Amino acid sequence: MSTPDSSAPARRRRPYAVLWLALILGATGTVALLLLLQNIATRKREAEQVVFKIVDLTENTIDPREWGKNFPRQYDGYIRTVDVERTRYGGSESVQHLDTRPVWKTIFDGYAFSIDYREERGHAYMLSDQRETERVLQRPQPGACLHCHGSVLGAYRAKGVEAGVPNDEAHRHEAVMKGFEVVCAMPYSEATKLVDHPVACVDCHDPGTMHVRVTRPGFLNGIAVLAASDAPVPHLPSIGRWRQGDRSKRYDPNMLASRQEMRSMTCGQCHVEYHFAGEGKLLTYPWKNGLRMDDEEKYYDEIGFSDWTHARSGAKVLKAQHPEFEMWSQGIHARSGVACADCHMAYKREGAIKISDHHVRSPMLNLARACQQCHNMPEEELAARVYAIQDRTRGLMDRSEAAVLDLILAIEAAKGAGATEEQLAAPRDLQRKAQWRLDWVSAENSMGFHADQEAARILGESLDFARQGQVLSVKLGAPVVISPPTVATTPGPAGQPPVKGR
Amino acid sequence: MGKFTTPAALLVALCVIAGALVGLSGFTFVYAKGGSYLSNDPAACNNCHIMRDQFDAWQKTSHHAYATCNDCHVPHDVLGKYMTKIDHGYRHSRGFTFQDFHEPIRITASSLSVVEHNCVRCHETAASEITMHALRPGDETNCVHCHAGAGHGASR
Repeated sequence: MSTPDSSAPARRRRPYAVLWLALILGATGTVALLLLLQNIATRKREAEQVVFKIVDLTENTIDPREWGKNFPRQYDGYIRTVDVERTRYGGSESVQHLDTRPVWKTIFDGYAFSIDYREERGHAYMLSDQRETERVLQRPQPGACLHCHGSVLGAYRAKGVEAGVPNDEAHRHEAVMKGFEVVCAMPYSEATKLVDHPVACVDCHDPGTMHVRVTRPGFLNGIAVLAASDAPVPHLPSIGRWRQGDRSKRYDPNMLASRQEMRSMTCGQCHVEYHFAGEGKLLTYPWKNGLRMDDEEKYYDEIGFSDWTHARSGAKVLKAQHPEFEMWSQGIHARSGVACADCHMAYKREGAIKISDHHVRSPMLNLARACQQCHNMPEEELAARVYAIQDRTRGLMDRSEAAVLDLILAIEAAKGAGATEEQLAAPRDLQRKAQWRLDWVSAENSMGFHADQEAARILGESLDFARQGQVLSVKLGAPVVISPPTVATTPGPAGQPPVKGR
Repeated sequence: MGKFTTPAALLVALCVIAGALVGLSGFTFVYAKGGSYLSNDPAACNNCHIMRDQFDAWQKTSHHAYATCNDCHVPHDVLGKYMTKIDHGYRHSRGFTFQDFHEPIRITASSLSVVEHNCVRCHETAASEITMHALRPGDETNCVHCHAGAGHGASR
């Protein structure tokens, strides 16, 4: 009875319900379509305009914040070098190595590194870390140190002009090179007042063209000397081409090196072995005979250089700095044309824009982008391969540390037992060789990865020389003491690759 | 209210809305160069710039003169070709829109199988001695495991 009455309003309501549904569907569809359209438009815009110029950049623009206005994506990465992250064998945490591996207190005895040997932090801290280290505070250092811890170009140029080089664009390079000499000879405490920033954009980029460039006088001198030698450098083809020319002008990487070579040379400006030459404390890279550990040792032997006389053994020993560029030069990646930046500043994509990641860091924290571009395998496998190399290097280094320690104590004991200076000359020379080799691998920041076979070869030689020296010392009256290779223990959670988010 | 609820007016309104949607869709399709994806032009694969490395590297390889993207990356029967284009098109546009794919970009197992078949399609004579030994499923040879630079040379 009531059916006709109740169905009439329902029939009237149904068209409204359909209408409402159509409206909602239509609106939702339109919004989704517009979102998609907007997304596509954004990607297209990104692809069209990578740089939006806000400020004019010149050679005098040292402050990275100014550059960041034109290049916000690169700047975002650059400032993230403040991040403190740890890998199994390295990272950017300020660990005091003298506490974690006390053997180095003995190895560096009599040298500033026995006071303070902290792990370096990220690029952002390079200047403040140097101003704070006890090595600089307790032992006055020359201004030469500033070369690689501050953005020094402006200061060098100003000092060069002060020293008489004309202040115009044509003499800019000349002024920088002159200023470099002046600042090297200054006390560090004075020189450091000339700079305000750690490594900055202008140190590696031409402000007009953004081309990657090298600016550090120490590197420009060093690479020219290397080019003029006949040491094999198959991984730097532009040097090979220059050698075939008439050599009337010295090798200039900014003119001759390919972009891919420059992506390593910019890092090689500072991540190298060096010494301060003469009274002027001129920062000098020991590349006259080549880039290998042996070549650098030969150079130091030729000029009769030692960093210090060991406090306990009396040996004239060398301190290896951080020969990453040299070690990389001996490895398979360099031979395959892989640059530092390929792994340490891996390419990344933001929307439709591809940039090189200016958050310079260990590739172990960025395995996918750093390695998988060439190595098509899972991150776990890649990490395992790296750790296999690093664990083996660490194991060899443990043994080498123990052997060098035993040698130092044996020479000291032989001296105490009445051995003459003449008799001690041979074991001391062996300590110089053994310690240099150990330090060359230890101070190099890759735990052998940059050139694994070379690292093993060097540590093998170190062990041999150390035990040879110990045998000689025992003959001179030292007791036989053999330390276990676990003078210090291996840090890091075993089997736990410290892979962090991308 | 009465006049506007007549079926004719409703229909007009609906048609306007539907037309707007169709127009908007069409515009988006053209703006996104949708038509190019139906072609064989290699430039289409680089529309969104994700494939820039692969595109650049392809231009420098031996295969550049003989094969374009589609020669290796889609099957050569009509149905297979467009089914693969639908599959790739869906995955790529979803990935690029939501920006949530693995980087560096990785080829899927099904895409690799398409490539493998296309290697053999051209190099059948040379490869017959090799492929005849791999008849069990899952036991296929993988040409590009060794010939990784054949289609895309060194990308830098």
